[in-house]
Amino acid sequence: MLNVGKIEEGFVLDHIEAGKSLDIYHHLKLDKLDCTVAIIKNARSNKMGKKDILKVECDINTLDLDILAFIDHNITVNVIKDGDIVDKKILVLPREIHNVIKCRNPRCITSIEQGLPHIFVLADEEKEIYRCKYCEEKAGNSSAW
Amino acid sequence: MRHLMNPLDFSVEELDKLFDLANRMEADPARYAHACEGKKLATCFYEPSTRTRLSFEAAMLNLGGQVLGFSDAASSSASKGESVSDTIRVISCYADICAMRHPKEGAPMVAAERSGIPVINAGDGGHQHPTQTLTDLLTIRSLKGRLGGFTIGLCGDLKFGRTVHSLINALIRYSDIRFIFISPPELKVPDYITDMLTEKDIAYEEVIRLEDCMPDLDLLYMTRVQRERFFNEEDYVRLKDFYILDKAKLSAAKDDLLVLHPLPRVNEISVEVDDDPRAVYFKQAKYGVYVRMALILTLLGIEE
Repeated sequence: MLNVGKIEEGFVLDHIEAGKSLDIYHHLKLDKLDCTVAIIKNARSNKMGKKDILKVECDINTLDLDILAFIDHNITVNVIKDGDIVDKKILVLPREIHNVIKCRNPRCITSIEQGLPHIFVLADEEKEIYRCKYCEEKAGNSSAW
Repeated sequence: MRHLMNPLDFSVEELDKLFDLANRMEADPARYAHACEGKKLATCFYEPSTRTRLSFEAAMLNLGGQVLGFSDAASSSASKGESVSDTIRVISCYADICAMRHPKEGAPMVAAERSGIPVINAGDGGHQHPTQTLTDLLTIRSLKGRLGGFTIGLCGDLKFGRTVHSLINALIRYSDIRFIFISPPELKVPDYITDMLTEKDIAYEEVIRLEDCMPDLDLLYMTRVQRERFFNEEDYVRLKDFYILDKAKLSAAKDDLLVLHPLPRVNEISVEVDDDPRAVYFKQAKYGVYVRMALILTLLGIEE
Protein backbone atom coordinates (compact mmCIF):
# COMPACT_ATOMS: atom_id res chain seq x y z
CA MET A 1 0.00 0.00 0.00
CA LEU A 2 1.38 3.37 -1.08
CA ASN A 3 1.24 6.11 1.52
CA VAL A 4 1.01 9.75 0.60
CA GLY A 5 1.18 12.17 3.48
CA LYS A 6 -1.74 14.37 4.38
CA ILE A 7 -1.84 18.02 3.35
CA GLU A 8 -2.36 21.06 5.57
CA GLU A 9 -4.27 23.28 3.14
CA GLY A 10 -5.58 22.60 -0.34
CA PHE A 11 -7.75 20.10 -2.14
CA VAL A 12 -8.11 16.37 -2.44
CA LEU A 13 -9.86 15.46 -5.66
CA ASP A 14 -11.20 11.96 -5.20
CA HIS A 15 -13.13 9.53 -7.39
CA ILE A 16 -11.44 10.66 -10.59
CA GLU A 17 -12.00 8.16 -13.38
CA ALA A 18 -8.85 6.01 -13.62
CA GLY A 19 -6.40 7.52 -16.11
CA LYS A 20 -7.93 11.01 -16.11
CA SER A 21 -5.80 12.60 -13.38
CA LEU A 22 -3.14 13.93 -15.76
CA ASP A 23 -5.81 15.57 -17.95
CA ILE A 24 -7.17 17.29 -14.87
CA TYR A 25 -3.66 18.28 -13.80
CA HIS A 26 -3.32 20.12 -17.11
CA HIS A 27 -6.85 21.59 -17.17
CA LEU A 28 -6.34 23.07 -13.71
CA LYS A 29 -2.97 24.38 -14.92
CA LEU A 30 -1.26 22.82 -11.91
CA ASP A 31 1.96 22.73 -13.89
CA LYS A 32 2.00 26.53 -13.64
CA LEU A 33 1.67 26.57 -9.85
CA ASP A 34 4.54 26.30 -7.44
CA CYS A 35 2.89 23.89 -5.05
CA THR A 36 3.04 20.27 -3.98
CA VAL A 37 0.90 17.94 -6.06
CA ALA A 38 0.48 14.22 -5.58
CA ILE A 39 -0.98 12.26 -8.47
CA ILE A 40 -2.20 8.84 -7.47
CA LYS A 41 -3.17 6.63 -10.37
CA ASN A 42 -5.17 3.43 -10.34
CA ALA A 43 -5.88 3.43 -6.61
CA ARG A 44 -8.20 0.68 -5.39
CA SER A 45 -11.80 1.80 -4.98
CA ASN A 46 -14.83 -0.10 -3.68
CA LYS A 47 -17.13 2.16 -5.67
CA MET A 48 -15.21 2.40 -8.93
CA GLY A 49 -12.83 -0.56 -8.96
CA LYS A 50 -9.95 1.73 -9.88
CA LYS A 51 -9.73 5.49 -9.50
CA ASP A 52 -7.27 8.36 -9.61
CA ILE A 53 -6.72 10.88 -6.82
CA LEU A 54 -5.10 14.31 -6.92
CA LYS A 55 -3.81 16.04 -3.81
CA VAL A 56 -2.94 19.68 -4.21
CA GLU A 57 -1.31 21.68 -1.43
CA CYS A 58 -2.22 25.31 -2.09
CA ASP A 59 -4.23 28.30 -0.93
CA ILE A 60 -7.85 27.19 -1.39
CA ASN A 61 -8.70 30.42 -3.20
CA THR A 62 -6.15 29.95 -5.96
CA LEU A 63 -7.89 27.25 -8.00
CA ASP A 64 -10.94 27.63 -10.23
CA LEU A 65 -12.55 24.24 -9.91
CA ASP A 66 -15.64 24.90 -12.04
CA ILE A 67 -13.97 23.28 -14.99
CA LEU A 68 -14.04 19.98 -13.08
CA ALA A 69 -17.81 19.92 -13.36
CA PHE A 70 -17.46 20.02 -17.13
CA ILE A 71 -14.86 17.26 -17.20
CA ASP A 72 -16.55 14.93 -14.71
CA HIS A 73 -19.08 16.01 -12.15
CA ASN A 74 -18.70 12.76 -10.20
CA ILE A 75 -15.35 13.93 -8.83
CA THR A 76 -15.44 14.54 -5.09
CA VAL A 77 -13.72 17.76 -4.07
CA ASN A 78 -12.57 17.81 -0.47
CA VAL A 79 -11.40 21.18 0.83
CA ILE A 80 -8.64 20.84 3.41
CA LYS A 81 -7.69 23.40 6.05
CA ASP A 82 -5.36 22.77 8.98
CA GLY A 83 -5.11 19.16 7.93
CA ASP A 84 -8.87 18.49 8.13
CA ILE A 85 -11.69 18.28 5.58
CA VAL A 86 -13.65 21.50 6.13
CA ASP A 87 -15.91 21.34 3.09
CA LYS A 88 -17.01 19.14 0.24
CA LYS A 89 -17.40 21.37 -2.75
CA ILE A 90 -20.46 20.98 -4.97
CA LEU A 91 -19.39 21.25 -8.59
CA VAL A 92 -21.36 23.70 -10.70
CA LEU A 93 -21.27 23.60 -14.47
CA PRO A 94 -19.44 26.73 -15.68
CA ARG A 95 -21.41 29.14 -17.90
CA GLU A 96 -18.48 29.37 -20.31
CA ILE A 97 -15.32 27.40 -20.80
CA HIS A 98 -12.31 28.88 -22.55
CA ASN A 99 -9.72 26.85 -24.44
CA VAL A 100 -10.60 23.58 -22.74
CA ILE A 101 -12.08 21.92 -25.79
CA LYS A 102 -11.67 22.71 -29.45
CA CYS A 103 -14.48 23.35 -31.86
CA ARG A 104 -14.41 20.50 -34.35
CA ASN A 105 -16.58 22.19 -36.94
CA PRO A 106 -14.29 22.81 -39.93
CA ARG A 107 -16.63 25.58 -41.08
CA CYS A 108 -16.25 27.48 -37.78
CA ILE A 109 -14.32 30.75 -37.75
CA THR A 110 -12.18 29.34 -34.91
CA SER A 111 -10.56 27.07 -37.52
CA ILE A 112 -8.88 30.00 -39.27
CA GLU A 113 -8.92 33.13 -37.11
CA GLN A 114 -5.57 33.56 -35.37
CA GLY A 115 -5.58 34.17 -31.64
CA LEU A 116 -9.30 33.45 -31.25
CA PRO A 117 -10.09 31.49 -28.06
CA HIS A 118 -12.27 28.40 -28.30
CA ILE A 119 -15.22 29.34 -26.12
CA PHE A 120 -18.08 27.00 -25.32
CA VAL A 121 -21.26 28.24 -23.68
CA LEU A 122 -23.59 26.16 -21.51
CA ALA A 123 -26.67 25.86 -23.72
CA ASP A 124 -28.70 23.31 -21.75
CA GLU A 125 -27.88 22.84 -18.08
CA GLU A 126 -30.16 19.85 -17.63
CA LYS A 127 -28.68 17.91 -20.53
CA GLU A 128 -25.18 19.35 -19.89
CA ILE A 129 -24.87 20.55 -23.46
CA TYR A 130 -22.23 23.08 -24.38
CA ARG A 131 -22.17 24.84 -27.75
CA CYS A 132 -19.43 26.77 -29.53
CA LYS A 133 -20.01 30.47 -28.95
CA TYR A 134 -19.37 31.22 -32.62
CA CYS A 135 -20.92 28.43 -34.70
CA GLU A 136 -23.15 26.77 -32.03
CA GLU A 137 -21.67 23.33 -32.76
CA LYS A 138 -22.48 20.96 -29.93
CA ALA A 139 -19.51 19.85 -27.82
CA GLY A 140 -18.84 16.46 -26.31
CA ASN A 141 -16.43 16.07 -23.39
CA SER A 142 -14.22 13.96 -25.61
CA SER A 143 -13.05 16.77 -27.89
CA ALA A 144 -10.39 17.87 -25.41
CA TRP A 145 -7.85 20.55 -26.25
CA MET B 1 -23.89 49.34 -29.21
CA ARG B 2 -26.16 46.74 -30.79
CA HIS B 3 -25.36 44.23 -33.49
CA LEU B 4 -27.52 41.67 -35.25
CA MET B 5 -26.11 38.15 -35.30
CA ASN B 6 -29.19 35.98 -34.89
CA PRO B 7 -32.87 36.60 -35.66
CA LEU B 8 -33.61 35.99 -31.99
CA ASP B 9 -31.32 38.81 -30.84
CA PHE B 10 -34.35 41.11 -30.90
CA SER B 11 -37.32 40.51 -28.61
CA VAL B 12 -40.82 40.22 -30.05
CA GLU B 13 -41.53 43.78 -28.88
CA GLU B 14 -38.34 45.09 -30.49
CA LEU B 15 -39.24 43.33 -33.72
CA ASP B 16 -42.71 44.90 -33.63
CA LYS B 17 -41.09 48.33 -33.42
CA LEU B 18 -38.68 47.47 -36.25
CA PHE B 19 -41.50 46.21 -38.48
CA ASP B 20 -43.65 49.27 -37.69
CA LEU B 21 -40.74 51.46 -38.78
CA ALA B 22 -40.28 49.39 -41.95
CA ASN B 23 -43.99 49.81 -42.76
CA ARG B 24 -43.75 53.57 -42.23
CA MET B 25 -40.78 53.61 -44.62
CA GLU B 26 -42.82 51.68 -47.17
CA ALA B 27 -45.73 54.13 -46.85
CA ASP B 28 -43.65 57.31 -46.99
CA PRO B 29 -40.16 56.68 -48.40
CA ALA B 30 -39.51 60.38 -49.03
CA ARG B 31 -39.63 61.07 -45.30
CA TYR B 32 -36.59 58.84 -44.79
CA ALA B 33 -34.65 59.78 -47.92
CA HIS B 34 -32.09 61.81 -45.95
CA ALA B 35 -32.21 59.96 -42.63
CA CYS B 36 -28.67 58.58 -43.02
CA GLU B 37 -27.07 61.49 -44.82
CA GLY B 38 -23.36 61.59 -44.03
CA LYS B 39 -23.35 57.95 -42.87
CA LYS B 40 -21.56 55.09 -44.60
CA LEU B 41 -22.40 51.39 -44.78
CA ALA B 42 -19.52 48.96 -45.39
CA THR B 43 -20.59 45.77 -47.14
CA CYS B 44 -17.87 43.23 -46.35
CA PHE B 45 -18.76 40.20 -48.41
CA TYR B 46 -16.13 37.45 -48.20
CA GLU B 47 -18.21 35.34 -50.57
CA PRO B 48 -20.41 36.50 -53.42
CA SER B 49 -24.08 37.11 -52.68
CA THR B 50 -25.27 39.68 -55.12
CA ARG B 51 -28.87 39.75 -53.94
CA THR B 52 -28.17 40.31 -50.24
CA ARG B 53 -25.41 42.83 -50.92
CA LEU B 54 -27.52 44.86 -53.34
CA SER B 55 -30.44 44.78 -50.91
CA PHE B 56 -28.21 46.26 -48.17
CA GLU B 57 -26.78 48.83 -50.54
CA ALA B 58 -30.22 49.81 -51.83
CA ALA B 59 -31.40 50.18 -48.22
CA MET B 60 -28.56 52.56 -47.33
CA LEU B 61 -28.93 54.55 -50.57
CA ASN B 62 -32.69 54.88 -49.92
CA LEU B 63 -31.80 56.44 -46.58
CA GLY B 64 -29.47 58.98 -48.20
CA GLY B 65 -26.32 57.27 -46.95
CA GLN B 66 -23.34 56.00 -48.88
CA VAL B 67 -21.85 52.53 -49.35
CA LEU B 68 -18.39 51.08 -49.71
CA GLY B 69 -17.07 47.55 -49.49
CA PHE B 70 -15.95 44.44 -51.29
CA SER B 71 -17.91 41.61 -52.83
CA ASP B 72 -15.62 38.61 -52.52
CA ALA B 73 -12.62 37.57 -50.44
CA ALA B 74 -10.25 37.74 -53.43
CA SER B 75 -10.68 41.50 -53.66
CA SER B 76 -10.21 42.03 -49.93
CA SER B 77 -7.22 41.95 -47.62
CA ALA B 78 -8.38 38.48 -46.51
CA SER B 79 -6.58 37.20 -49.62
CA LYS B 80 -3.37 38.51 -48.03
CA GLY B 81 -4.15 36.63 -44.84
CA GLU B 82 -5.68 39.41 -42.75
CA SER B 83 -7.88 38.23 -39.90
CA VAL B 84 -11.53 39.22 -39.49
CA SER B 85 -10.61 40.97 -36.23
CA ASP B 86 -8.05 43.21 -37.95
CA THR B 87 -10.29 43.90 -40.93
CA ILE B 88 -13.21 45.10 -38.81
CA ARG B 89 -10.95 47.33 -36.71
CA VAL B 90 -9.87 49.04 -39.92
CA ILE B 91 -13.38 49.15 -41.41
CA SER B 92 -14.57 50.78 -38.16
CA CYS B 93 -12.33 53.73 -39.09
CA TYR B 94 -13.97 54.10 -42.51
CA ALA B 95 -17.69 53.41 -42.01
CA ASP B 96 -20.51 53.84 -39.50
CA ILE B 97 -22.10 50.39 -39.84
CA CYS B 98 -21.07 47.10 -41.45
CA ALA B 99 -22.94 44.24 -43.10
CA MET B 100 -20.74 41.14 -43.22
CA ARG B 101 -21.14 37.89 -45.12
CA HIS B 102 -18.52 35.22 -44.54
CA PRO B 103 -18.28 31.52 -45.43
CA LYS B 104 -17.03 30.69 -41.91
CA GLU B 105 -19.69 30.31 -39.24
CA GLY B 106 -19.38 32.84 -36.45
CA ALA B 107 -17.14 35.27 -38.39
CA PRO B 108 -19.59 38.20 -38.00
CA MET B 109 -19.69 37.54 -34.25
CA VAL B 110 -15.89 37.77 -34.08
CA ALA B 111 -16.19 41.06 -35.98
CA ALA B 112 -18.89 42.33 -33.60
CA GLU B 113 -16.66 41.58 -30.60
CA ARG B 114 -13.81 43.67 -32.00
CA SER B 115 -15.80 46.32 -33.83
CA GLY B 116 -16.25 49.98 -33.06
CA ILE B 117 -19.41 50.10 -35.22
CA PRO B 118 -22.61 48.01 -35.38
CA VAL B 119 -22.20 44.77 -37.35
CA ILE B 120 -25.03 42.99 -39.15
CA ASN B 121 -24.62 39.32 -39.95
CA ALA B 122 -25.45 39.09 -43.66
CA GLY B 123 -25.02 35.30 -43.65
CA ASP B 124 -22.30 33.13 -42.11
CA GLY B 125 -21.99 29.79 -43.93
CA GLY B 126 -24.80 27.43 -43.07
CA HIS B 127 -25.28 29.04 -39.68
CA GLN B 128 -27.45 32.19 -39.60
CA HIS B 129 -28.90 34.69 -42.05
CA PRO B 130 -30.98 36.91 -39.75
CA THR B 131 -31.97 39.59 -42.25
CA GLN B 132 -33.60 36.90 -44.42
CA THR B 133 -35.68 35.80 -41.43
CA LEU B 134 -36.61 39.41 -40.64
CA THR B 135 -37.59 39.83 -44.28
CA ASP B 136 -39.84 36.76 -44.09
CA LEU B 137 -41.47 37.96 -40.88
CA LEU B 138 -42.06 41.48 -42.20
CA THR B 139 -43.58 40.08 -45.40
CA ILE B 140 -45.98 37.83 -43.49
CA ARG B 141 -46.89 40.55 -41.00
CA SER B 142 -47.44 43.18 -43.69
CA LEU B 143 -49.48 41.01 -46.04
CA LYS B 144 -51.36 38.87 -43.50
CA GLY B 145 -51.72 41.62 -40.95
CA ARG B 146 -50.43 39.43 -38.14
CA LEU B 147 -47.71 37.05 -37.01
CA GLY B 148 -49.55 34.08 -35.56
CA GLY B 149 -52.88 32.36 -35.95
CA PHE B 150 -52.06 30.54 -39.19
CA THR B 151 -50.98 27.26 -40.75
CA ILE B 152 -47.69 27.49 -42.58
CA GLY B 153 -46.38 24.85 -44.97
CA LEU B 154 -42.61 24.68 -45.42
CA CYS B 155 -41.69 22.81 -48.56
CA GLY B 156 -38.52 21.44 -50.12
CA ASP B 157 -35.14 21.05 -48.48
CA LEU B 158 -36.04 21.14 -44.80
CA LYS B 159 -32.90 19.29 -43.74
CA PHE B 160 -30.20 21.67 -44.89
CA GLY B 161 -32.34 24.78 -45.38
CA ARG B 162 -30.92 27.40 -43.03
CA THR B 163 -33.68 29.91 -43.81
CA VAL B 164 -36.35 27.37 -42.88
CA HIS B 165 -34.76 26.52 -39.52
CA SER B 166 -34.37 30.21 -38.65
CA LEU B 167 -37.94 30.98 -39.67
CA ILE B 168 -39.32 28.15 -37.51
CA ASN B 169 -37.30 29.40 -34.51
CA ALA B 170 -38.56 32.93 -35.07
CA LEU B 171 -42.21 31.93 -35.57
CA ILE B 172 -42.52 29.78 -32.45
CA ARG B 173 -42.39 32.99 -30.40
CA TYR B 174 -45.86 33.83 -31.76
CA SER B 175 -49.06 32.08 -30.76
CA ASP B 176 -51.34 29.63 -32.52
CA ILE B 177 -49.07 28.58 -35.38
CA ARG B 178 -49.34 25.15 -36.97
CA PHE B 179 -46.46 23.88 -39.08
CA ILE B 180 -46.75 21.45 -41.96
CA PHE B 181 -43.40 20.14 -43.16
CA ILE B 182 -43.51 19.00 -46.78
CA SER B 183 -40.37 17.17 -47.89
CA PRO B 184 -39.06 13.89 -49.23
CA PRO B 185 -37.85 11.60 -46.39
CA GLU B 186 -34.22 12.35 -47.30
CA LEU B 187 -34.69 16.07 -46.71
CA LYS B 188 -37.00 16.07 -43.71
CA VAL B 189 -36.67 18.62 -40.96
CA PRO B 190 -34.03 17.63 -38.34
CA ASP B 191 -35.16 15.80 -35.22
CA TYR B 192 -33.98 18.55 -32.91
CA ILE B 193 -36.60 20.86 -34.43
CA THR B 194 -39.50 18.40 -34.20
CA ASP B 195 -38.36 17.49 -30.64
CA MET B 196 -38.40 21.17 -29.73
CA LEU B 197 -41.91 21.63 -31.19
CA THR B 198 -43.17 18.59 -29.27
CA GLU B 199 -41.60 19.90 -26.07
CA LYS B 200 -43.29 23.28 -26.55
CA ASP B 201 -46.58 21.66 -27.52
CA ILE B 202 -46.64 23.31 -30.93
CA ALA B 203 -48.68 21.53 -33.59
CA TYR B 204 -46.86 20.13 -36.62
CA GLU B 205 -47.31 17.50 -39.30
CA GLU B 206 -44.89 15.93 -41.73
CA VAL B 207 -46.16 15.07 -45.20
CA ILE B 208 -44.53 14.02 -48.44
CA ARG B 209 -47.01 15.29 -51.02
CA LEU B 210 -47.72 19.00 -51.39
CA GLU B 211 -51.21 18.19 -52.69
CA ASP B 212 -52.11 16.53 -49.36
CA CYS B 213 -52.02 19.75 -47.40
CA MET B 214 -52.55 22.54 -49.93
CA PRO B 215 -56.18 23.37 -48.93
CA ASP B 216 -55.13 23.75 -45.26
CA LEU B 217 -52.37 26.32 -45.80
CA ASP B 218 -52.45 30.04 -45.06
CA LEU B 219 -48.79 30.38 -46.01
CA LEU B 220 -46.55 28.28 -48.21
CA TYR B 221 -42.78 28.78 -47.89
CA MET B 222 -40.98 27.17 -50.81
CA THR B 223 -37.24 26.48 -50.81
CA ARG B 224 -34.68 25.46 -53.36
CA VAL B 225 -32.84 22.15 -53.16
CA GLN B 226 -29.23 23.33 -53.22
CA ARG B 227 -26.66 21.39 -55.20
CA GLU B 228 -23.83 22.37 -52.84
CA ARG B 229 -25.48 20.52 -49.92
CA PHE B 230 -25.14 17.11 -51.59
CA PHE B 231 -22.15 14.83 -51.65
CA ASN B 232 -23.19 13.09 -54.83
CA GLU B 233 -24.78 14.44 -57.95
CA GLU B 234 -27.16 11.47 -58.26
CA ASP B 235 -29.01 12.35 -55.04
CA TYR B 236 -29.25 15.98 -56.05
CA VAL B 237 -30.67 15.18 -59.48
CA ARG B 238 -33.17 12.73 -57.96
CA LEU B 239 -34.45 15.23 -55.39
CA LYS B 240 -34.20 18.60 -57.10
CA ASP B 241 -37.45 18.23 -59.01
CA PHE B 242 -39.38 16.55 -56.20
CA TYR B 243 -41.59 19.60 -55.72
CA ILE B 244 -42.62 21.95 -58.43
CA LEU B 245 -45.38 24.36 -57.58
CA ASP B 246 -47.57 24.97 -60.60
CA LYS B 247 -51.03 26.36 -61.34
CA ALA B 248 -52.68 22.97 -61.03
CA LYS B 249 -51.41 22.45 -57.47
CA LEU B 250 -52.20 26.03 -56.52
CA SER B 251 -55.80 25.64 -57.67
CA ALA B 252 -56.55 23.64 -54.51
CA ALA B 253 -55.24 26.41 -52.23
CA LYS B 254 -57.13 29.08 -50.30
CA ASP B 255 -57.76 32.40 -52.03
CA ASP B 256 -55.74 34.26 -49.43
CA LEU B 257 -52.76 31.88 -49.39
CA LEU B 258 -49.35 33.59 -49.59
CA VAL B 259 -46.52 31.84 -51.44
CA LEU B 260 -43.09 32.91 -50.21
CA HIS B 261 -39.61 31.96 -51.37
CA PRO B 262 -36.24 33.33 -50.17
CA LEU B 263 -35.01 33.35 -53.81
CA PRO B 264 -33.17 32.64 -56.01
CA ARG B 265 -35.66 30.25 -57.54
CA VAL B 266 -34.54 27.59 -59.98
CA ASN B 267 -37.54 25.57 -61.12
CA GLU B 268 -39.38 24.75 -57.88
CA ILE B 269 -42.00 27.37 -58.66
CA SER B 270 -43.21 27.31 -62.21
CA VAL B 271 -43.07 30.76 -63.84
CA GLU B 272 -46.79 30.46 -64.63
CA VAL B 273 -47.43 30.98 -60.92
CA ASP B 274 -45.70 34.39 -60.91
CA ASP B 275 -48.81 36.26 -62.07
CA ASP B 276 -51.02 34.72 -59.40
CA PRO B 277 -51.77 37.36 -56.73
CA ARG B 278 -50.92 34.77 -54.07
CA ALA B 279 -47.29 34.62 -55.28
CA VAL B 280 -45.56 37.25 -53.15
CA TYR B 281 -41.88 36.30 -53.46
CA PHE B 282 -40.98 39.39 -55.45
CA LYS B 283 -42.79 41.60 -52.93
CA GLN B 284 -40.77 39.72 -50.31
CA ALA B 285 -37.57 41.00 -51.97
CA LYS B 286 -38.95 44.53 -51.65
CA TYR B 287 -39.71 43.99 -47.96
CA GLY B 288 -36.09 42.82 -47.63
CA VAL B 289 -34.99 46.36 -48.48
CA TYR B 290 -37.46 47.98 -46.06
CA VAL B 291 -36.46 45.73 -43.17
CA ARG B 292 -32.77 46.45 -43.82
CA MET B 293 -33.53 50.18 -43.94
CA ALA B 294 -35.31 49.94 -40.59
CA LEU B 295 -32.47 47.87 -39.18
CA ILE B 296 -29.76 50.29 -40.30
CA LEU B 297 -31.62 53.24 -38.81
CA THR B 298 -32.27 51.36 -35.56
CA LEU B 299 -28.69 50.11 -35.11
CA LEU B 300 -27.29 53.56 -35.89
CA GLY B 301 -29.58 54.93 -33.18
CA ILE B 302 -30.97 57.59 -35.50
CA GLU B 303 -34.22 59.09 -34.28
CA GLU B 304 -36.97 59.55 -36.83
